[in-house]
Amino acid sequence: MDMQIHTPLKGTTLEDVLETFEVLEDWEDRYRYLIELGRKLPPYPEKARTEAHKVRGCVSQVWLNPHFSDDAPPLFTFDGDSDAHIVRGLVALMMLLFSGKTCEEILSTDAKAILEQLGLSKHLSPMRTNGLYSMLGRIQDLAQAAA
Amino acid sequence: MSGAVKHKTFDVSAVREDFPILKETIYGKPLTFLDSAASAQKPQAVIDTVANFYSHSYSNIHRGIYKLSQEATEAYEQVRNKVAKFINAASREECLFVRNATEGINLVAQSYGRTFLSEGDEIILTELEHHSNIVPWQLLREEKGIIIKVAPISDEGEVDLKAYRALLTEKTKLVALAHISNVLGTILPVKEMIALAHQAGAKVLVDGCQAAPHIPIDVQDLDADFYVFSGHKVYGPTGVGVLYGKKELLEAMPPWQGGGDMIELVTFEKTTFNVLPQKFEAGTPNIAGVIGLGAALDYINQFNRQEIEDHEHGLLAYALGRLRGINQLKLIGTAKNKASIISFVLDDIHPHDAGTILDQEGIAVRTGHHCAQPLMERFGLNATIRASFGLYNTRGDVDRLAEGLKKTRAIFA
Repeated sequence: MDMQIHTPLKGTTLEDVLETFEVLEDWEDRYRYLIELGRKLPPYPEKARTEAHKVRGCVSQVWLNPHFSDDAPPLFTFDGDSDAHIVRGLVALMMLLFSGKTCEEILSTDAKAILEQLGLSKHLSPMRTNGLYSMLGRIQDLAQAAA
Repeated sequence: MSGAVKHKTFDVSAVREDFPILKETIYGKPLTFLDSAASAQKPQAVIDTVANFYSHSYSNIHRGIYKLSQEATEAYEQVRNKVAKFINAASREECLFVRNATEGINLVAQSYGRTFLSEGDEIILTELEHHSNIVPWQLLREEKGIIIKVAPISDEGEVDLKAYRALLTEKTKLVALAHISNVLGTILPVKEMIALAHQAGAKVLVDGCQAAPHIPIDVQDLDADFYVFSGHKVYGPTGVGVLYGKKELLEAMPPWQGGGDMIELVTFEKTTFNVLPQKFEAGTPNIAGVIGLGAALDYINQFNRQEIEDHEHGLLAYALGRLRGINQLKLIGTAKNKASIISFVLDDIHPHDAGTILDQEGIAVRTGHHCAQPLMERFGLNATIRASFGLYNTRGDVDRLAEGLKKTRAIFA
């Protein structure tokens, strides 16, 4: 796997996360690590903190500000944020999964399987409380529309 | 006769044995269920009654001449008697089966509201209402041009009675209010508020969803014009609720939904309607759900209600004491008269974060706006954590919650 990819989280890669989760057996430590990951998110642009950028989810709020590059094919990157720490960590994880990818790569990524591997799949259940589920849906919709 | 009723002594450890789900483990930890205000768990008696009904006694009701249908009809109508007794309605015809409290409120808005309210008429709600007791009135407003006024609440979560009084005028046609707040646990002075509304000539609908599981209800003593509650919150099945209405009001109201069972005679030119309560029960109802509701009411009634209330009140006091010992925990709703529903926030820890950690500990609490966004706005919040207690909860549950919250603090430190 080519590791020279876009690393928006201060150098942390998806591989790092997967390896760390394997070492951390305790769920508390895993959540602590996830919270840490959230703290590495680049600052979210305040001007994009609008209703239009908000993702549906009624407990915590999630914001998503997508960009497509001028490359051919275009590469997808995004700013993301949440008011909840754990959700911010999950947003960071989404960034590792999807940022710097082509639409085709995004559509062929099985996010649910990766979260399953990390023991975090409950955050992707289709509940109205769940901003992450809606966020993933929106990223996939954007990729679909731009593909 | 009622004086001769022998109640079973309330013993919470025996009660817990009646609820099979409480033996479940979540992530290897015992389930600590603190979300009964959203929906209560079901005792084995309810589960068995529904299963037995489908296995041995099921058929459609009010239709067949055959034995099964007659017996099913009888069992279904028996539950109406139990409901009437549960809320002390003057007659069984005043108790209508609906899907849930939400449907009951919509029925009143659509039938009573559309018929008897007109442009410029006023409805008073309180600031702590559930969306179910806000949105149906807004839909009516769109259609009829009525005006909705809101009685404010204090920082403690109590209705400002002075402000409420000032809102009541000859224009007020209806007051719709919760008996107990689903977020704050505040028990509203409903009897007094109803009397004041009646003095102004207004009718009153009470949303009794949170009251039905916790306190005895007497619609005649309250003098409520309409009273709604949901079966699933009183340890019964989902999909069945009750709308009580005073007979003269229900008689005067037109049917809401048309269909089978609610008619007397149908021709293509004209249809005449059945009498109460069938007039409002169009189509095949949730028969097994109603039968299950009957079992749930029997389950509650086997105890002296006062003992259940005392148990829950004891839990509330104990929980408030334990939670006060948690760093930077702020209670939302500190009314003097309060049921066993506690909302709080943890300073910089988002309710969603706290709920996630508590879940890992097997503790089920509700986090969010609890379908009461105007109330959240009143307190300047997006969400709270809510722990609510049912008759099966124990001090051990409270202790686990307190420990879980301490762990949450430690993880986010």
